[in-house]
Amino acid sequence: MSAAKNQKVLPGFGIALGYTVLYLSLIVLLPLSAAFVEAAKIGPSGFWEILMRPRVLAALKLSFGLSLAAALVNSVAGLLVAWVLTRYNFPGKKIIDAAIDLPFALPTAVAGISLTAVYAPRGWLGAPLAELGIKVAFAPLGIMIALMFVSLPFAVRTVQPVLENMDSELEEASATLGAGRWTTFRRVVLPVLMPSILTGFATSFARCVGEYGSVVFISGNMPMKTEIAPLFIVTQIEQYDLPGATAIAMIMLGVSFFFILFINLLQAWNSRRTGTTKA
Amino acid sequence: MHHPGVSYEGKSVSRAARDPLWSRVFLIAGALVFLGVLLVLPLATVFVEALRKGLGAALETFANPDARYAIWLTLLVAGISVPLNLVFGLAASWAVTKHDFRGKSLLLTLIDLPFSVSPVISGLFLILVFGVNGWFGPMLNSLGLQIIFAVPGIVLATVFITFPFVARELIPAMESMGREEEQAAVILGASGWQILRRVTLPNVRWALLYGVLLCNARAMGEFGAVSVVSGHIRGETNTVPLHVEILYNEYNFVAAFAMASVLAILALLTLVAKTMLEWRIQRLQQQVVLERTRHRDPALVGPQP
Repeated sequence: MSAAKNQKVLPGFGIALGYTVLYLSLIVLLPLSAAFVEAAKIGPSGFWEILMRPRVLAALKLSFGLSLAAALVNSVAGLLVAWVLTRYNFPGKKIIDAAIDLPFALPTAVAGISLTAVYAPRGWLGAPLAELGIKVAFAPLGIMIALMFVSLPFAVRTVQPVLENMDSELEEASATLGAGRWTTFRRVVLPVLMPSILTGFATSFARCVGEYGSVVFISGNMPMKTEIAPLFIVTQIEQYDLPGATAIAMIMLGVSFFFILFINLLQAWNSRRTGTTKA
Repeated sequence: MHHPGVSYEGKSVSRAARDPLWSRVFLIAGALVFLGVLLVLPLATVFVEALRKGLGAALETFANPDARYAIWLTLLVAGISVPLNLVFGLAASWAVTKHDFRGKSLLLTLIDLPFSVSPVISGLFLILVFGVNGWFGPMLNSLGLQIIFAVPGIVLATVFITFPFVARELIPAMESMGREEEQAAVILGASGWQILRRVTLPNVRWALLYGVLLCNARAMGEFGAVSVVSGHIRGETNTVPLHVEILYNEYNFVAAFAMASVLAILALLTLVAKTMLEWRIQRLQQQVVLERTRHRDPALVGPQP
């Protein structure tokens, strides 16, 4: 950016920045600071007491565990989808490419009730799976599928542009040197894709942890078994236990924040190691 | 190809040709089955379930006054939140991309913040501020203003959730057009308002439309945050997604899926419009994007022929 010579040329800086900061403060910062102040009132011992409630622990474990699982599966599946969409040609490809963003556009409540209809014991897929003894809806597996649905676009859309812009010369060189396709993929393509796969994984995970609408229908909401943390927060609010809800909310925000920080550090380490830059 | 011009047709074909046919077929089939089960099947289910007892039964849903009110309220909420976030997006992107100041990256981080907060948690934040025992709740109540469990709360929750959408699209678009055209307009004596209307907006109009489209889709479909602050009062604080939930929990599945298909159709229209906009933006900015990727990321793009 050529900062110095442009500094005072364009008008409207004061009003634009002033409005931005005012609006940001009213809509975002005010509620956020209320949460921090209310959380501070609870105190460390209060936090610990709330965290150690068996139902809270179970909900947090379930939420983070299933979010990790869904983000992991989506990282692999997202890589596959991105690979197929960028490397191969087949009929209907453009429509499928556009359809990847369906979970962004479809309201989560709609996804929730339709996934439940598909995977309920008498649903299209739920019935045959029940025959095999696999329970999906009203079980952790159903929650994981809902989480995979809402976070799939993150996993595909972070990897896809990197694959598209990747130069084929590296792969050609690798092939010339006698490497097979699988070796080339593992040793040449994957290291270049790794930062974007990690970004996709982190954003998928963050989205999954907070997800409520699509999960609440398919999960069955049994305390200790299929109750996710966001649902538990809603329950606390409905019982007017605002300190309890605030404490769990802050724990979730904190864990998500450290997770994203961790992924960023991992990426920095990875880019130093391989000499590639962030996607 | 997906991005004509950005990926290189000839090379892609040669790359693909190196993969044996069986592995190509296997990978494509795998991806299609995965997407079919995870995305297409649930979407189709919405319409199948809505029409289970015939079109007449599905359409009856919309004769119900509560259903009609829900549709009206959803339009109202989106009609307020989207313009608010549009004005904010314009102000923020103008300040951030056309000027230099300290704390810019902090501001950008804060703008993106609502994306990383769970909808349920953002609803809780609003209750802490505006609820009966919240910071401003008692004061506003004494003035006769109710925010939580009323329409203003639903609007505030929606504004919070969709806060970054327009700004996020406008900032990179304005950044990529640079400042030269606006500077030329200043030298020619144009006022700030004239520059915005005649120089900047025409250049970023597709990005702006794109942001508004995504913002609107999310505003009309938001469930978690709105659910927390709405109170679920039929005919008063029930938006379409909340009405879907109520009908579903009453085992009125045809009506629930009929309401849901309205949202599903909206989602499909959004996807079509979004895809068309993407193609247009790509055609317009291909050159710019190509230049920028070359400069920013030589390691990924490689030397140019």
